[in-house]
Amino acid sequence: MEARDMVCIVCPLGCKLKVIKNEESQNGYTVEGNKCFRGMNYGITEMTNPTRVLTTTVIISGSSIRRLPVKTSGPIPKHLIEEAMKIINEIEVKTPIKVGQVIIKNILGTGVDVIASRSMFINSEEGYLKDHLA
Amino acid sequence: MVHYDIVVIGGGPAGLAAAIESRKNGVKNILVIERDRELGGILQQCIHNGFGLQIFKEELTGPEYAERFIKELINMGIEYKLDTMVLEVSDSKMITAVNPTDGMLHIQAKAIILAMGCRERTRGAIRIPGTRPAGVLTAGTAQRFVNIEGHMIGKKVVILGSGDIGLIMARRMTLEGAEVLAVTELMPYSGGLTRNIVQCLEDFDIPLYLSHTVINVEGHDRVEAVTIAQVDERLKPIKGTEKRFECDTLLLSVGLIPENELSKSAGIKLDNVTSGPIVNESMETSAEGIFACGNVVHVHDLVDWVTKESKRAGKNAAKYVKGQLENNCKNIKIKGINGVRYVVPHIVRPDNVEQTVELMMRVDNIYKNVKLVVKSNGEVIKEVKRKHVAPGEMENINLDFSKFNLGNSDEISIEIVKEGE
Ligand SMILES: Cc1cc2nc3c(=O)[nH]c(=O)nc-3n(C[C@H](O)[C@H](O)[C@H](O)COP(=O)(O)OP(=O)(O)OC[C@H]3O[C@@H](n4cnc5c(N)ncnc54)[C@H](O)[C@@H]3O)c2cc1C
Ligand code: SF4
Repeated sequence: MEARDMVCIVCPLGCKLKVIKNEESQNGYTVEGNKCFRGMNYGITEMTNPTRVLTTTVIISGSSIRRLPVKTSGPIPKHLIEEAMKIINEIEVKTPIKVGQVIIKNILGTGVDVIASRSMFINSEEGYLKDHLA
Repeated sequence: MVHYDIVVIGGGPAGLAAAIESRKNGVKNILVIERDRELGGILQQCIHNGFGLQIFKEELTGPEYAERFIKELINMGIEYKLDTMVLEVSDSKMITAVNPTDGMLHIQAKAIILAMGCRERTRGAIRIPGTRPAGVLTAGTAQRFVNIEGHMIGKKVVILGSGDIGLIMARRMTLEGAEVLAVTELMPYSGGLTRNIVQCLEDFDIPLYLSHTVINVEGHDRVEAVTIAQVDERLKPIKGTEKRFECDTLLLSVGLIPENELSKSAGIKLDNVTSGPIVNESMETSAEGIFACGNVVHVHDLVDWVTKESKRAGKNAAKYVKGQLENNCKNIKIKGINGVRYVVPHIVRPDNVEQTVELMMRVDNIYKNVKLVVKSNGEVIKEVKRKHVAPGEMENINLDFSKFNLGNSDEISIEIVKEGE
């Protein structure tokens, strides 16, 4: 029986999983050691098509901070990360930016967007306030 | 002189949560003081995800987590001052601060909440031999340069220390095109979360050298090479195990220390183990009406725990301002023994406990299949089983004070006992 030990990385608890190949089960694998269903999904995806959420930054102008943090709105296949970084590194944005705003739509055809992971407004604190209250 | 009911020092997640909770508990006149140019504290540079799973049940990045609290604070109309550095706190709750617009400020508070976070240990703190070239920096400083200022700090990197910040920077530097040659860790185990070992090192084939340390740094103007060696049980380098890496950068992730210069100025008693203030169930320090929360008290692994602890501080500071905190009452000392390095809070006054107190602790080594045993004056009152405990993973025990008769108890201890003993 084919089995692999791994650590679930979905949440900081880091459950120790055993993923076992099992033709009879619906997904082709059974997972042991997970404290919740997300661990089961993780174990199976990790065997079939490992994915990761990518977090990085893009260049931004018009703010006191020079980089805008961004993330993929969902996990993307692990093998696409390098290519995704290349595309993200080409991007430059300007203030104002609101958290969750799409920066790159459907990156590499994954169906996943790259979104801003914070708001950034024109230098002044007032702009920051105004937009937050809106 | 200005007056406030509650002044919160530090606008990181601890300060934000404490201020918000004080307001929710009926205190109007609150000021948050932050020395940086914006609120959010260290979270603004932690652009990776993994924050907020407990509080929000979703996985957020540091800035996203911070933004939710900043927004709530602003919507509540809580006052804050940025670019303002607190220089001194007196035991009479007088605060001296400076900023470019007001100059010197004197603020009298009815209650103070200390939420200054922590700082990183530097090269000086661990005495690394070798020359003193550019290119040796702490992982947190590197994180700020790369993620906020947009500077790349090096191309070939060695990292000393396998705490979470070191691991996360290993991935971050790799994504930005640098080559991370090695992560070295003095101890036989990593100080970071296993999930970070997996997704920051294994994903990128970065080697982790446990029981290894840096024994030499070469280079005149800039780092040119770093030599590491294996260490024995006494943590002394073993001859013949040296490995030399040609590189231009050495990142240090060798521990965090609570930022307690201000606490010292107020004469607050500190704990030798945590380097943070000694606090009671209400997160009040030895100075009456001065509370503390977050990394200034002890270094937390997860910001969710910081938030929980800080809410407790905010709520109790509000109680204090309203005269609802009982002071002249019984004190029970809480102590970590036999493998438990420390427990926070250090003191519990049962009269102020609504029902449960969350005890947070760290162990001194990796143990498998153990029980954490809580005793009151030597008598067992609670046991919790753990398959695995490690110094890098904080343990919590909720103690329901209404359940136990602690009538004549003056000390509660927590220790590690092997299963079956
Ligand atoms: C470099 C670094 C990286 C980290 N990365 C992670 C991570 O990836 N994941 C994670 O869960 N945790 C991480 N942590 C732990 C993290 O610090 C906590 O989760 C959380 O941010 C602690 O919140 P805090 O409010 O106690 O401290 P902080 O976020 O540090 O906030 C303290 C604030 O107080 C301000 N301050 C200090 N002194 C003064 C003064 N005298 N006057 C005015 N203001 C002052 C500081 O400017 C700062 O904004 C990291 C910590 C550090 C140091
Ligand atoms: S299985 Fe669930 S609880 Fe365990 S680490 Fe994974 S997500 Fe967390």
